[in-house]
Amino acid sequence: MATTVTAKAGARPVRTGSSGGPVRGPRRPTGWLRRVSLPYLLLLPALLLELLVHLVPMVIGVAMSFKELTQFYIRDWGAAPWAGFGNYRMSVEFDAPVGEALLHSFLVTVAFTLLSVGLCWLVGTAAAICMQDTFRGRGLLRALFLVPYALPVYAAVITWVFMFQHDNGLVNHVLHDQLHLTGKPSFWLIGDNSFFALLTVSVWKGWPFAFLIVMAGLQNVPRELYEAAALDGAGTWQQIRRITLPSLRPVNQVLVLVLFLWTFNDFNTPYVLFGRAAPEAADLVSVHIYQASFVSWNFGTGSAMSVLLLLFLLAVTGVYLALTSRGRRTADA
Amino acid sequence: MPDIRRDFRKDSSRDSCKSPMAPPRSFLWTRRIFLTLLTGFVLVPVYVMVSSSLKPLADVTDKFRWLPSDLTIRPYIDIWSTVPLAKYFANSLIVAGAATVCSVVIAVFSAYAVSRYAFRGKRVFTVTVLSTQMFPGILFLLPLFLLYVNIGNATGIALFGSRGGLVLTYLTFSLPFSIWMLIGYFDSVPRDLDEAALVDGCGPLGALFRVVVPAAIPGIVAVAVYAFMTAWGEVLFASVMTNDTTRTLAVGLQGYSTQNDVYWNQIMAASLVVSVPVVAGFLLLQRYLVAGLTAGAVK
Repeated sequence: MATTVTAKAGARPVRTGSSGGPVRGPRRPTGWLRRVSLPYLLLLPALLLELLVHLVPMVIGVAMSFKELTQFYIRDWGAAPWAGFGNYRMSVEFDAPVGEALLHSFLVTVAFTLLSVGLCWLVGTAAAICMQDTFRGRGLLRALFLVPYALPVYAAVITWVFMFQHDNGLVNHVLHDQLHLTGKPSFWLIGDNSFFALLTVSVWKGWPFAFLIVMAGLQNVPRELYEAAALDGAGTWQQIRRITLPSLRPVNQVLVLVLFLWTFNDFNTPYVLFGRAAPEAADLVSVHIYQASFVSWNFGTGSAMSVLLLLFLLAVTGVYLALTSRGRRTADA
Repeated sequence: MPDIRRDFRKDSSRDSCKSPMAPPRSFLWTRRIFLTLLTGFVLVPVYVMVSSSLKPLADVTDKFRWLPSDLTIRPYIDIWSTVPLAKYFANSLIVAGAATVCSVVIAVFSAYAVSRYAFRGKRVFTVTVLSTQMFPGILFLLPLFLLYVNIGNATGIALFGSRGGLVLTYLTFSLPFSIWMLIGYFDSVPRDLDEAALVDGCGPLGALFRVVVPAAIPGIVAVAVYAFMTAWGEVLFASVMTNDTTRTLAVGLQGYSTQNDVYWNQIMAASLVVSVPVVAGFLLLQRYLVAGLTAGAVK
């Protein structure tokens, strides 16, 4: 055995020296170059696309926010006069109509997002925990629960629009005609009720994502933990509180953040639910900015509002990650 | 890799021995009630969609009724002539299909680079790509629109209003999440496997396509499903960046309600028709998505 190994090891330099040597010598730098540049080459398509679709437009957007970009300058936006911080001042002047409307829309969005994320997380986690054990029909139920997530947004939301109709919708039929809970049929897509309509649709659409992620996260919880806990006499409720929920912590850290960002920026749901003009009670900031830009044709102000929104989201994300990561580290220590 | 497979294929056997003690009655009843209510909440809109799509128009313009007065498949015939649904369908298929293929291929390359190579700027790349997820779509809608128009004027490549522009836009929407998920998935494929392939004389790309990709198929399928769903359901950019010939379903479906009559039965039928491909695909492949998330995103 030992002799074959040495023979092989000894053979290698001889082979390169005799046949491959002169060829390989000059090729080495290119091989080295390729090895170093290969990861960058692999990343190149993704980088170029991210630059084209996300980063460059973002820079343009920031530049636009400093311009007085009204419909007269759309063809040649470079020629629009500079506005300095004028657009920003206009957006945050909370006594004036524009700023006041933006602040209102922002507060509505914050309330809506907190409620929606909280409910989505709660329902999704509860369902995932309920479906941890096997029981008859579990596979079917799991598939069923994922349907709202799988449905295209517009198809799902348009169905809700139909259900929320004043005269021929299901909601009023059940609440008013069948259960007699309301004195007269209510309006759901205009007025104050629209907030709850939006929240219902958002939770209906969003909780399966939390369910999916938590379900995946639960598969990584070591089974031994449950066995040990059961041997120590911990019941099901205690196992959920002491093992399942703490084990989900790292999953929840990402899940809640992603849900928050998606819900906060969600445009599709309110846009399909209410059309271009959202009722005041459900005037989410994304639709508000869309309207401020495309209805009033003042893109400078719209861009300034978007930049403010982005700064807010960056700040929230930063604080959130700092807080949750610190909590995790102390918990580990 | 073997770990993941075991995790999702045998999850039932694992769960059944999760707790040797039978759960208490309080838990069983809570679970039963909660899951029943949740099923109702999930199913009602689905039922409304299916049943209304089989109703005559009078049923959906009058008071809501749980059961159709008369079952008809008329709405399913009319939807194709009220608006050019077949054209929108084809546009959506082309756009979502192309965006999915490109997004998956690009995500595979990027995730392989991040997972297998040490290089300068790796962290910057992953953080930047992920942080694009927090951008409000509205922030870059108009700049992107201006950019596409200007590129079109300068080079003659029509991005604005074309399917190509929409494909480019949509594929970057799913790219960050896809890369993130695939990095985790590739990390779980043992390095020994592709190192063995490299020793056997495969190039880095050979190792990627012969070893890593086949071992990560569930993750790749999951990413493809996600990318397709993202492109199929997007409304904001579709509403601004398409014209009559390139309109996708997301915008086209609004055509049923611009008339004086709102053809709710046709809207429901059309919604059902456009949902079937994604829902069926998603439900068939959801196992992979769970497995992919388990290995990638959630780890």
